[in-house]
Amino acid sequence: MTDVVLDHITKTYEKGSVVAVDDVSFSVEKGELFGLIGPDGAGKSSIFRMLTTLLKPDSGFATVNGSDTVKDYRDIRKKVGYMPGRFSLYQDLTVEENLTFFATVFNTTIHENYDLIKDIYVQLEPFKDRRAGKLSGGMKQKLALCCALIHRPTVLFLDEPTTGVDAVSRKEFWEMLKRLKTHGITILVSTPYMDEATLCERIALIQGGKILSIDTPEEIIRRFPKPLYSVRCNEMSRLLKELRSFAEIESCNGFGDYHHITFHNEAEIEKLKDRLIKAGYSEVEIRIEEPTVEDCFIRLMKSLDNGE
Amino acid sequence: MENEVVIKTENLTKAFGDFIAANAITFDVYKGEIFGFLGANGAGKTTAMRMLCGLSTPTSGKANIAGFDIWTQTEEIKKHIGYMSQKFSLYEDLTVRENIRFFGGIYGLKGKEIRQKGDAIIKKLGLENEAKKLVKSLPLGWKQKLAFSIAIFHEPKIVFLDEPTGGVDPVTRRQFWDLIYEASERGITVFVTTHYMDEAEYCNRISMMVDGVIKALDSPKKLKENYGVETMDEVFYELARGAQRKAD
Repeated sequence: MTDVVLDHITKTYEKGSVVAVDDVSFSVEKGELFGLIGPDGAGKSSIFRMLTTLLKPDSGFATVNGSDTVKDYRDIRKKVGYMPGRFSLYQDLTVEENLTFFATVFNTTIHENYDLIKDIYVQLEPFKDRRAGKLSGGMKQKLALCCALIHRPTVLFLDEPTTGVDAVSRKEFWEMLKRLKTHGITILVSTPYMDEATLCERIALIQGGKILSIDTPEEIIRRFPKPLYSVRCNEMSRLLKELRSFAEIESCNGFGDYHHITFHNEAEIEKLKDRLIKAGYSEVEIRIEEPTVEDCFIRLMKSLDNGE
Repeated sequence: MENEVVIKTENLTKAFGDFIAANAITFDVYKGEIFGFLGANGAGKTTAMRMLCGLSTPTSGKANIAGFDIWTQTEEIKKHIGYMSQKFSLYEDLTVRENIRFFGGIYGLKGKEIRQKGDAIIKKLGLENEAKKLVKSLPLGWKQKLAFSIAIFHEPKIVFLDEPTGGVDPVTRRQFWDLIYEASERGITVFVTTHYMDEAEYCNRISMMVDGVIKALDSPKKLKENYGVETMDEVFYELARGAQRKAD
């Protein structure tokens, strides 16, 4: 069953001069963990705000759990949970007061849906009398998630929950999401971190208001059109510029301790290795590499820029 | 990279009441070095950075930044460093050119110099058509490249970058690092924090802060060897997962 549908949605700001979301269509299945992957300004938050009925699209239509986001906005507000990118709880209420407040607004109690938030709330419980504004970043994030869940939503929207969060806390957050999925909640999550894409069941890569690609992360990676190689040597900064100047190299991007390259034509690894050694590099290592979602994103972004 | 030390700290400590945010930090950073300052949220990075920039007085310890003492010469320090962060970099309601003129003026440059160097920045970043537009209309990645260029406008000895690439698209993020390399080749020391572990690999050396203490400091290659792992992500995980503090 399809739980979220966007059909040719467009959203502009500043009297149409800024196109935030440009004719976007996709759908999300019930119980799916779906990721919207893209940088700041890609249109992720605008999409979330339209699906949570906080903004109206200029054109196109969208449904959430069978309800139209414009006509049936009241129904939608009852059944979705939304965690905006900016911390938006009441800073002057305590942890427990915030949670009680959100439960009451939705005509329920903490007790009634406690099983859903238990895993997360136990970590907050020692601080339940602390004002939300005095919590650490990680704890604020956990409280916001609890408040978004307290009315047992059918669809959960998480807008950049891990932005600015360190690598360890990010891992913990994704483990929480996996546990939530077992309750059958449909989850839409957005992130600018490409490495989180593989933790979703399906992803949409988005840039400049346009969807670059939608599929499972595995399929997006499988569709990378060329063999990808990684190159490493003793002088990485010089190597990056030099590789970009070679006629046979189609693309070259830094990826941590390796540079990832593709060739215009068939790859000639030994020839390239000789050439680099002659150019004075040592410890030259070239090997075939499995593309990451970030490789795919860069490639799709560049083909968009080139008007392909 | 030269051996001239531009940041020297010795047992630098900052306590808020009985909470020791930064605990006896000791390290040297060299001229032209790209130094990655990593740590989990709440590890004390921001506190340490604020002291190094002359914005916060330490509780105890010593530090010398760009040749100036952290206790007695904070105003001199501020003149000889550049700073940008993800949260604050430029004035959104000023145009590209106005921001350049404003910050050039703040750093005490003369009108003619500001114009010439400003033109060079605009040309280099390909912002010719945006020069008269408000900064808030630019995509984040462009803003951050511009903010970095302005942060090193006055040729500081050191530039401090606090999560400069958060949320920036992967292509622009790499262009940003090209700018960092160029600055480093010109002899500017780059002191940078990031949550992207691939960026940690681009640094000459990395320090890892855990619970207010520097737990490890070495080149990415050595760190990976020492911890017997393949990636900086794993090094980070090994060090940070033991952290007690989960503040922000």
